[in-house]
Amino acid sequence: MADPFLEFRTVSFHAGGRAILDRLDLRVAQGEVLVLLGRSGSGKTTALKLANALLMPSGGEVMVEGRSTRQWNAIELRRRTGYVIQETGLLPHLTVGENVGLVPRIRGAEANPERIRGLLDLVGLPAEFAGRYPRQLSGGQRQRAGVARALAADPRLLLFDEPFGALDPVTRFELQNEFRALQQRLRKTAIFVTHDLREALRLGDRIALLHNGRLEVNCAAAEFRHAATPEASAFLAAFRGDI
Amino acid sequence: MREGLASTVLRLSGEHLLLVLVAVTAGVLIAVPAGVFLTRRESWRAPLLLAANVVQTIPSLALFGFLIPVPFIGGIGKGTALVALILYALLPILRNTLAGILAVDAAVRESAVAMGMTDGQLLRIVELPLAARTILAGVRIAAVTTVGTATIAAAVGGGGLGDLIFRGIATVDTTLILAGALPAAGLALAIDGGLGWIEGRFSR
Ligand SMILES: Nc1ncnc2c1ncn2[C@@H]1O[C@H](COP(=O)(O)OP(=O)(O)OP(=O)(O)O)[C@@H](O)[C@H]1O
Ligand SMILES: [Mg+2]
Repeated sequence: MADPFLEFRTVSFHAGGRAILDRLDLRVAQGEVLVLLGRSGSGKTTALKLANALLMPSGGEVMVEGRSTRQWNAIELRRRTGYVIQETGLLPHLTVGENVGLVPRIRGAEANPERIRGLLDLVGLPAEFAGRYPRQLSGGQRQRAGVARALAADPRLLLFDEPFGALDPVTRFELQNEFRALQQRLRKTAIFVTHDLREALRLGDRIALLHNGRLEVNCAAAEFRHAATPEASAFLAAFRGDI
Repeated sequence: MREGLASTVLRLSGEHLLLVLVAVTAGVLIAVPAGVFLTRRESWRAPLLLAANVVQTIPSLALFGFLIPVPFIGGIGKGTALVALILYALLPILRNTLAGILAVDAAVRESAVAMGMTDGQLLRIVELPLAARTILAGVRIAAVTTVGTATIAAAVGGGGLGDLIFRGIATVDTTLILAGALPAAGLALAIDGGLGWIEGRFSR
C-alpha cells in the first residue's frame, strides 16, 4: 500500500478522566472513502476532529499527508480540509453564496461568483440560491450548500459528520446517491461518520467500526457482512432485512 | 431672567447630550473589548462581572462623592462626572457583549473554526455580527440610564440639565425643576427610540 493520505498511529484521546478513544490505528488511502461506523457515544466525532486539528491526541500521532497534526499549522490544515456537520453550521447572517465563498475569503482571496455558481451546480442547487439565506432553505438544501462550501477550497480531504442524519429517508437516499456520483468524479479522500449501516455500505470503500473508543472492525465495505465481532453482529442484527 | 430660560435649557440640553455621548462612547470602547476578552478567558468572567455589578449598586450621588477626592480624575467638574458616568455605562454593555457572543450557536462557531478561521476572523466575521443586536441593546440601556444619571452630575459640577433641577430644588421653584426634568425625559425617549430603530434593522 502506498503511503496513506491520513493515518492514525495508536491514537488515544482522553477527556473527563477517561479514554474516549483508545489506541486507534487507521489508514485512509488517497481517494478512498472511509466510513466511521459506531453507535452514539462510540467516539466517531472525536476521531473526526482529530483529523483537522480541532482536537489533539492525548497519545499517538495523527498523520496527514505524512505530517503529524502537531506539526501542521492548524489554521492551514483546516483550510485544506472540507468539513460538513449535521447542522451544516452555515453562517445564518450570510447568504448561501457568501457562505460558499467564505474559505477563499478568509484566505484573503476574492470570492469568484462564477466558481460559486459552479459549486452550487455541482451539488444540485440552482444558481439563484446564492442570494438566499440559510433559513430560507430546506434541510436537504442546506446540506447541499454545506457540501458546496466544503468543496470551495478544493480540499484534498473531506470530513463528514453525519451530514444526512437529520433528513427524511427519501431526501437522504437522494443525497447519498449524489454523494456517490460526486465522489466518482472528484475522487477525494474522505472520512464519513454515520451510525447507519446501510449508509456505510452504500458510501464507504472501507468501514471502520468503533465501539467504546476502540476499533473493532476495519475492513472493505463488501466484507463487513462477514465481520464476526459482537458489535458488528449487533449492527448486522439491527439492520437485518434492510441490507 | 425668565427671558433667558429657553436658551439656558437649550444650552444645558446640549451639554447634557454631550456628557451622555462621551460617556457612552467611552463605555462602548472599554466594555466591548472587555466583553470579548471575557469570552476568551472564562476564569476572569466572574470577578470582572462582579466588579462591574458592585459599581452599579453604588448610589450615583455617593459614587460622585467618592470620586471627588481621587487624584487626577477627581475634583469638582466635568472630569469626575464623566468618570462616574462611564463606570455606570460599562455594565450593561459588558454583560450584553458577553451574552451576545456566548449565545452564538456552537455548531456555527465550530464550523467557522473548522474551515480555518483565525480567532480574529471568527470574531469579525461570525461573533460580532451575530451578537450585534444584543450588544446594541446593551448600549441602548446604558445610554438611557446615563441620561438620567447625568442629571445628578450637576452635583459635582458636571453641568447639564441637572443644573436646573438642583437650582429648582434649592429655590423651591417647580418651573425650574421641570425645565430640567422634561428635556431630560425627552432626551432619554429620543435616544431610546433612535437606538431602538437601529437595533430593529439588525433583526435577522
Ligand atoms: N470534551 C469532552 N469531555 C468529556 N467527554 C467527552 C468530551 N467530548 C466527548 N466526550 C464523550 O466522549 C464520548 C464520545 O463522543 P463522540 O462525540 O465522539 O461520540 P459520537 O460517536 O460522535 O456519538 P454520536 O453518534 O452521538 O454523535 C461520549 O461519551 C462523549 O460524552
Ligand atoms: Mg458525533
